[in-house]
Amino acid sequence: MRQTLWTLAALISHWRRRPGNLATLVLGLAIATALWSGVQALNAQARMSYDAATAAISGGGAGTLVAARGGLFDQDLFVKLRRAGLDVSPVLEGAARIGDKNIRIIGVEPVSLPRGSPIAHKRRRADVLEDFFSGEGRAFAAPQTLRRLGLAEGARPQTERGRQMPPLAALAEAPPGAIVVDIGVAQRLLDRPGKLSRLVIADDAAPDDERVKRVAGEALRLVAADDESELARLTDSFHLNLTAFGFLAFLVGLFIVHAAYGLAFEQRLPTLRTLRALGVAPPNLVVAMACEIAVLTFMAGGAGVIGGYAIAQALLPDVAKSLESLYGAQISESLSLDLRWFLSGLVMAGAGAVLAAASGFTRTLRLPPLSVARPIAWRAQHHRYLRRQGGLAVLALVAAACAYGLGDGLVSGFAVIGCSLLGAALFLPIGLAGALALGERLASRPLARWFFADGRQEISGLSLALMALLVALAANIGVGGMVEGFRQTFTRWLDARLVAEIYFEAATPADARDIEAWMRTQPDILAILPVWRTKTRIGEWPADIVGMTQHETYAAHFPLMVAAADVWTALYAEDAVLVSEQLARRLGVGVGATLDIPASNQEWRARVVGIFPDYGNPKGQLRIDHEKLKRYFDDASGVHYGLRVASDATSRVIDNMQRRFGERITRIIDQSELKGLSTEIFERTFAVTTALNMLTLIVSGVALFASLLTLSDMRQARIAPVWALGATRRELAGLEMIRVLGFAAGAALLATPLGLFMSWCLVAIVNVAAFGWRLPFHMFPAQWLVVFLIALCAAFLAALIPVARLARAAPTDLLRVFSNER
Amino acid sequence: MLRVEGLCKSYSTPQGRIAVLRGVGFTLAAGASLALTGESGSGKSTLLHLVGALDDADSGEVVLDGVALTLLSEHARAAVRREKIGVVFQQFNLIPSLTVAENLGFQARLAGRYDPAWQDELTHRLGLAALVTRYPEELSGGQQQRVAIGRALAVRPKLLLADEPTGNLDEASGDNVMSLALELVAATGCAFLMATHSERLAARLQRRVRLESGLLAAQ
Amino acid sequence: MNARPGNGTHKRSAVISRRSALLLALSSSGALAQDFRGLAENAPGFALPQPGTPLVFPKDHGAHPEFRTEWWYVTANLSGADGAPYGAQWTLFRFALQSNSPHAGWDDRNVWMAHAAATNAGEHFFAQKFARGGIGQAGVEAAPFRAHIDDWVLETRDDSAGAGIERLRVSAGDGNFAYVLDLTATGPIVLQGEGGYSRKSDAGQASYYYSQPFFTAEGDVTIHGRKTRVSGRAWMDREWSSQPLGPDQKGWDWFALHFDGGAKLMLYRMRSVKRVPFLFGNWIDDNGATSPLISEDIAIEPLETIRIADRDMPIGWRVRVGSRGVDIKTQPLNPRSWMGTDPAYWEGPIRFSGSHKGEGYIEMTGY
Repeated sequence: MRQTLWTLAALISHWRRRPGNLATLVLGLAIATALWSGVQALNAQARMSYDAATAAISGGGAGTLVAARGGLFDQDLFVKLRRAGLDVSPVLEGAARIGDKNIRIIGVEPVSLPRGSPIAHKRRRADVLEDFFSGEGRAFAAPQTLRRLGLAEGARPQTERGRQMPPLAALAEAPPGAIVVDIGVAQRLLDRPGKLSRLVIADDAAPDDERVKRVAGEALRLVAADDESELARLTDSFHLNLTAFGFLAFLVGLFIVHAAYGLAFEQRLPTLRTLRALGVAPPNLVVAMACEIAVLTFMAGGAGVIGGYAIAQALLPDVAKSLESLYGAQISESLSLDLRWFLSGLVMAGAGAVLAAASGFTRTLRLPPLSVARPIAWRAQHHRYLRRQGGLAVLALVAAACAYGLGDGLVSGFAVIGCSLLGAALFLPIGLAGALALGERLASRPLARWFFADGRQEISGLSLALMALLVALAANIGVGGMVEGFRQTFTRWLDARLVAEIYFEAATPADARDIEAWMRTQPDILAILPVWRTKTRIGEWPADIVGMTQHETYAAHFPLMVAAADVWTALYAEDAVLVSEQLARRLGVGVGATLDIPASNQEWRARVVGIFPDYGNPKGQLRIDHEKLKRYFDDASGVHYGLRVASDATSRVIDNMQRRFGERITRIIDQSELKGLSTEIFERTFAVTTALNMLTLIVSGVALFASLLTLSDMRQARIAPVWALGATRRELAGLEMIRVLGFAAGAALLATPLGLFMSWCLVAIVNVAAFGWRLPFHMFPAQWLVVFLIALCAAFLAALIPVARLARAAPTDLLRVFSNER
Repeated sequence: MLRVEGLCKSYSTPQGRIAVLRGVGFTLAAGASLALTGESGSGKSTLLHLVGALDDADSGEVVLDGVALTLLSEHARAAVRREKIGVVFQQFNLIPSLTVAENLGFQARLAGRYDPAWQDELTHRLGLAALVTRYPEELSGGQQQRVAIGRALAVRPKLLLADEPTGNLDEASGDNVMSLALELVAATGCAFLMATHSERLAARLQRRVRLESGLLAAQ
Repeated sequence: MNARPGNGTHKRSAVISRRSALLLALSSSGALAQDFRGLAENAPGFALPQPGTPLVFPKDHGAHPEFRTEWWYVTANLSGADGAPYGAQWTLFRFALQSNSPHAGWDDRNVWMAHAAATNAGEHFFAQKFARGGIGQAGVEAAPFRAHIDDWVLETRDDSAGAGIERLRVSAGDGNFAYVLDLTATGPIVLQGEGGYSRKSDAGQASYYYSQPFFTAEGDVTIHGRKTRVSGRAWMDREWSSQPLGPDQKGWDWFALHFDGGAKLMLYRMRSVKRVPFLFGNWIDDNGATSPLISEDIAIEPLETIRIADRDMPIGWRVRVGSRGVDIKTQPLNPRSWMGTDPAYWEGPIRFSGSHKGEGYIEMTGY
């Protein structure tokens, strides 16, 4: 015990003398932990919000009943089921807008609401009933939702349909982004009289499928309580992407930790030997080192977790907006995390620290107590090192190949990328060593030969930092290439899809009829294209069905990836359908296949005559003839239209319509504005990944800097003999800088094809598995140049201080090398 | 105090096995001092390492203070090193990140025998009083060697081992260090075994033996 | 059938004042007393019973939404094919939370509540339901008569459009118990008070009130899955009003007795914080003629108590009606006939003996 304590004291005293080394170690671990736990926090927050949203109403009860076809159903099903003795409670949910902010309206029925429901249990049913029933009623929202909407309690905002809400009140248990009202009020606000979205089954009622079928026939479908919410499933891939980046950043951070710890270990080796000589038993030594790591982990991990919180808080608004725009998910914009997240961050930090220090531990255990300083047989060691790297590199690349061959899901896609990155990174030092060996052979001047030879010695110390740099650069190229390619493709696709000059939504179908009638009298309006839509489910996948009228606009512009020869005639003449790319992929259908589509009263069998790209849509989409939509789908919302208008008449027409129809038009927008909005959504989606990318690059720059700094003392020992023999310090420092820049350039060179490969993987495997659509593969040489320059800049900045120190090293320091054998 | 018998040790090299010690034996009483001389590479360090429980002999026996070192476990040997043996090497093996004062008391603290008064006395007698807050890298060779001696003696060992303790010092400092060492050894009454290639230094100890071709010859 | 004690418009649940919603009362029995006290407040906007208003059937079998509270209440004393005695209870309550509400769809401001119970000598089962009005989940139609909430029903067995309550079927149940009984009236509808206008207190609070105590009952009672054929007598109460109790009244005891000779007796004892209990009753001959009883004529005393649900509940009573020569002692079929509903109270079948013999139902609230 006493031994261990004093050993620990001796070990720790090292940091007292080398605070820079300690700072590097702690910083590396903290950054790694911060990036990882930050991403985990984002994911956890989102999941909490999905669960809260789902559970807010059902309260983890026995399950819910939803429309078998998706969408809404009549409330007399509720009455029928209750009169048959089933204990169900009705809920109506829908989207609305207050001003320009989206909100979700949730209508509940307080008398029948199950006790377990969070909305019910914190407030007594009696109070909820009174709130809803007395005076003008109430609309409950979480305090942060009120803040986001910029409204105070008691306010009575209007929805976009012109309906006024009951007075607002704050309720902490309300789900984020939602307003809870009485069900009758919800039906009025959402303009859905007599309709419900689901029925919650009370906690203690066993859901009886048979009984439900007897009463409701096939109209309803039972969803068990622990079914993953649909939202969680849709957003899975988004979160997996985030996690992958978090993990990448964590690994890069671990590189720093390993480098720093390894260097510290090297420097403490003599101390370790002395300790052994003085009579410290190996187990005590290891225990002391373990304690040291534990304290370090706690400090660095703790700081990292706090940093992670800050990162998550900073990125949360963008993530929230992306999720909302892409999936309609509402997540709370203020982080609320529990102890488990904090602890898992510390555990990750601990695991990372142990991993990084593992090699040091094993060496300590086998350390002989002899304190004889033998000249380091570095050449033999170097060769061993290169061999080991090579072996690991080959292993990693083989693993990548296996992952590619075996799987084609999201996980295997990431596995391919991860293993390839690792393999290439492991190979980098070998490549650099080879280049240096070649240089040494070709060089003639002694200083030049020393330059190459000494460089080979330096590699093992810098290798981890360089590997980190390589990975970060490759990720930059890979992700950047994907995003840029995406952007270009998307813009072109958007141009093809958004052909109509004006898009508008009427308040009700009756209003739409009237507006249509008026529009026919307008010479400026060249064509009226109703874009009515409804929802359904095919297999397991929710899908929208959109109607297309027979107009040459579509045949001329609508982008199709694969199509039957007679697609534009077959679509209108026969029972035919166009399927979006991701839906086609999920269902495994191609052109010519038949689909059974659940319609209002029957199943409609249609032939697939074309597949079209539908980037960014998490749901599937089917396009059918407008007439068939009216015929087979009763509940198609007849309120969406596109208008072909002469381009100079656009604003005039919009003004006219707004003036004439006022509130009967819910939304009206022109093409350029719509394109702008869509593009903005896209940008935001990738803002987060871009941010993480940038952070990773910065982290690897820090790794390089840290390694160089801690190496600088050892560098002095190597420089000293050369200096003594007649080179100036500035010459040597300059050579040092050139060497570091050369390493960085080498890394950048290898990063380019690696990044391209990563880009291809992302586009062809990951994106397809995650989202279902496939982008064409693009290359951007300009980007490579930029990355090359970034690498050089990073290396330059990282090496600046260490090299300057070298240049200004006092002669006494250099001379001391000779008196103290190291 | 110390009894060595039939110690053999050999190393493997690319050229085959080389026997460094071929049956070395001697005794050393408490308070006595013995100089071990021989050419460079004759195995003096090896013998010292074996006596100091730093390495394993191929065969033979080392009995220190009644305990046979060769029979002990790794753990027990570490304990012996801690508590009973003080070591001074040619490379001074100070802990570079500890101050002089901390270095001086380190082994004593490890062994649980820290005695501030004794350490103070050692500090003064070794002339280190002005240097106690410095770090090893700020000291000259002679000063570092004195710290090493102080550290070894602070634990009041039964046996003090020195391997070429003045090898890196100039003659004046070397003599100075030797005098101090011998004084303190007499004051503490421990056994003193020193390996050196300097005949002059060897003469200052009570006895001398010479190591040649793996065997000891008295002189 | 029964004059509710004081303003006790509800035996089973407290009525709401403007302030506290229905369920506030229902959520904890500790608040019961408080709730009854809350009944003392006046309810603006609601109609008040007027003396001299004739009751018209079958129209008045239906709901009167201009009044604040209303109920349809049936109790039955039965004996099974196995010889064992049973009791059954079916109550449907209507509360209007707001006067002058549109009464249609979700905007209807009526809340319906129902209690059902089945009792035998060893066990007492009860269940409770709530429903919103206006959407068809619960409601009452006057002709043909049908009162229901979810799957609990009290409706006429006749097909004709104007069928009233002469021949009814009543059913209710939950996982543990169920019953289906056919009720057939063997006597006329009895108007309580003055032609249906029944005074509740000296201060003038009143309700519209009629009863049908002359039902014979036949049907099945199912307990723990075992169905038993039963038959016996049943009693139905109908009352509606808008005004709550007097300010110091905390509960009541109510008796509905079938005498073996064919006569019926309804009594209540309204317990007050400050004053002596207020007694009120009605003697009904076997041909349906009624004779209201004044408090001096009635004596009701509790005999023994047992402890149920942290309260001391009287279990045996001595009831005397001087003018009719009645001096009887009552004995519950199951002393533990505790309704653990919101609010909670005691209600169960009893037998009585002494000067006369017979059976009936007792309700005790506010303990």
